Amino acid sequence: MTFMHKHGWARRDLLVAAGAGAVALALPGAVQATPQEADAFTRKMIGAANPKTGKIQLVVKDVAESGANEPVRVVVDSPMTAADHVKAIHVIADGNPFPGVSSWFLTPKSGKAEVAFRMRLAKTQMVRAYAVMSDGSVWQTSQEVKVTIGGCGG
Amino acid sequence: MTTPTIKTRIPAKAKKGEIIEIKAQITHDMETGQRKDANGMALSRRIINKFVCTWNGQAVISADWHTAMSANPFVSFFAVAEASGPLKLAFHDDNGEIYESVTEVVVE
Repeated sequence: MTFMHKHGWARRDLLVAAGAGAVALALPGAVQATPQEADAFTRKMIGAANPKTGKIQLVVKDVAESGANEPVRVVVDSPMTAADHVKAIHVIADGNPFPGVSSWFLTPKSGKAEVAFRMRLAKTQMVRAYAVMSDGSVWQTSQEVKVTIGGCGG
Repeated sequence: MTTPTIKTRIPAKAKKGEIIEIKAQITHDMETGQRKDANGMALSRRIINKFVCTWNGQAVISADWHTAMSANPFVSFFAVAEASGPLKLAFHDDNGEIYESVTEVVVE
């Protein structure tokens, strides 16, 4: 576990290494975003729209195996035609140092409103997903993900 | 960090109108700017902040990425096969570099 020492957090490293042989480390004393900051970031992304629940599905495990590399899949119910498609998908987490995770801008050429990627989670928190449709409506869902080994530093 | 390399899984052939799945992964540290080195100096942020996929020059999907994207980011998404041509994936680094992968896909 030589890689543990390059960060210079010997005490923390020992604790974490003793516990799990972890690859990811929570950052001691890292500044975490608050749900309010996540709300403000969401407003910036979706504008004044009032998000409704439904149509969007967030597929992520209840308990993350690793906070550094957690698979996330977002699926939105949409025909993806020129007249009716998903314009944007925003994924926002309220317990990371920065609330934004990723924003995806889809086109009718995307064919299917579905994206998958892997994200970092610094601690147990709510992960939210928003879909902005071509008619301007916004749909949202959220899920709490429990994290035992944080991964804001990687 | 070594020069990022891109791995892709993209079908070589597709029927017209078919929706194909595109998977890609780029080797990249995605340094958040939150970590410190052994001397307590902050490691400066360096992530892929933008991802763009085009097919025959037309936008399929694009994305803004933040620091919460994992190291060695993996993506999976879909595209409608309309015409044969180059399917280009571009990863924009904080340092201004753009890493690209181009795959020729035949549409029948």
